[in-house]
Amino acid sequence: MTSEDRLDSVDNISILLDGVSMTYGTASGPVEALRDINLAVRQGEFISLVGPSGCGKSTLLRVVAGLRERSAGTVTVDGQKVMRPIPNVGMVFQAAVLLKWRTILDNVLLPAELAGLNPRNYRQRAMELLELTGLREFANKLPRELSGGMQQRAAICRGLLLDPKLLLMDEPFGALDAMTRDEMNLELLRIWGEASGARKTVLFVTHSIPEAVFLSDRVVIMSPRPGRIDTVLDIDLPRPRTVESRITPEFGALSLKIYDMLTGRQSGDAPRFVPA
Amino acid sequence: MAKLRGKFLELVPAVVLFVAIMAIWQAAVSWGGVKPYLLPSPRSVLDAMLDTSIDWWGHIWATGLAIVGAFVLAAASGVLLGTMIAWSPVLSRALMPFLVFLNTLPKVAIAPLFLIWVGYGILPNILMGALIGFFPVVINTAVGLSQIDHDMIDLGRVFSAPKWKVFAKIRIPNAYPYILSALKVTATSAVVGAIVGEFVASQTGLGYVIVTSQSSMNTALAFAALIYISIIGLLLFAVVGLMSRYLAPWAEGTDA
Repeated sequence: MTSEDRLDSVDNISILLDGVSMTYGTASGPVEALRDINLAVRQGEFISLVGPSGCGKSTLLRVVAGLRERSAGTVTVDGQKVMRPIPNVGMVFQAAVLLKWRTILDNVLLPAELAGLNPRNYRQRAMELLELTGLREFANKLPRELSGGMQQRAAICRGLLLDPKLLLMDEPFGALDAMTRDEMNLELLRIWGEASGARKTVLFVTHSIPEAVFLSDRVVIMSPRPGRIDTVLDIDLPRPRTVESRITPEFGALSLKIYDMLTGRQSGDAPRFVPA
Repeated sequence: MAKLRGKFLELVPAVVLFVAIMAIWQAAVSWGGVKPYLLPSPRSVLDAMLDTSIDWWGHIWATGLAIVGAFVLAAASGVLLGTMIAWSPVLSRALMPFLVFLNTLPKVAIAPLFLIWVGYGILPNILMGALIGFFPVVINTAVGLSQIDHDMIDLGRVFSAPKWKVFAKIRIPNAYPYILSALKVTATSAVVGAIVGEFVASQTGLGYVIVTSQSSMNTALAFAALIYISIIGLLLFAVVGLMSRYLAPWAEGTDA
């Protein structure tokens, strides 16, 4: 049975990775970034990818989006094999990468312009998204007039403008301070649950274990050189999740479990320092 | 109002220094025994500048036209070549060796050739100024068009934006501050080129005035022409400054 046959029978699958490997050439020889990645992501599922630096999390995200070519395996998104950059994807990066000469509103409207759509038809939706993220009154400001957290919120609005079914987020809150980061986590879940249409499928790359546990339905733990999937852990904490979710024993137990898997620590050992 | 007064107060040290230099200069010539044909007094320079027997407007017009022409030609050809280089790696590999070679030439030495190729008049002076001034524009345009965050390029690819659109919406605005900072250099080079052109062969223009003043040892006349040249140069520089405030206000106060 090929992967395509399997897809026909499971129509609520959003992303299917089947034996995905990726090797790229560098001056000092080929580097194996990803090896034999197999993963099925359901529609509307929130998946986090965690793992040490260099485990290929960000590369995997770009392979799913069709922005990087894989060397083996198949990537299927919504039943379509990914051969080139796929439409209907929202991307959010670690830096907000806003165009500094455009107002916040015009930055949010950029995807419409790039996709050859009339930005006027998206103005109302852009304003709604800005409203949802508390940026309405900053619509006509330049990015440099906003704080880092606000810029990142604008970047999320930009990612959501064309109402993508799939949202790919590459350490979007990695550059924010801890307080702002926790706030943004809550806000992201709110937008994910409240934004118009059905829940989006989210692939979320992060270095932060608590962030992954707090946000996700499942956490994918990866190991480095070459990047492989180590374990996929179900996060069965009830939704909607709140600030209090973070201080439940279940939250702590799941976080510690991921920590143990990432460091190779045996339960009961004293916690070790995790090298970044 | 307070802001205006603050700006005004900022000028005071420069004005004081200027007055002091003028006073010392005038004193050195009047009572210090400095010979006027070596260093004319500020007074005689001013007299020369206002001398109605000299067709100053004609000279200023000729030189100004050459400078502005050189500036516009350098800016247009520089932006065009820089865009071609950033657009296509093949074009870049084809063009760059020639541009680097052209840039290493002592460009002033080409002035007599221009005369042979295009004849007398304002055209060789324009070409001279453009030749000296265009290279920084080429390089800064190419760099400004290429210095884009890789994530931003991915963003363009996600939406399958055609190349021209990525240039129009992202790369070109991104290059404005780079191009404008090159144009500030070009504004100065255009002046040098136009004057060199007039030195080599010309019947009019401020460069021509300086050459003729040499034969008559009329240093006051040379100084007067120099001041007019620097006024034209300053005006051009101010225009570029206004352009950058209008085209790239987000880059104000940065060096990019």
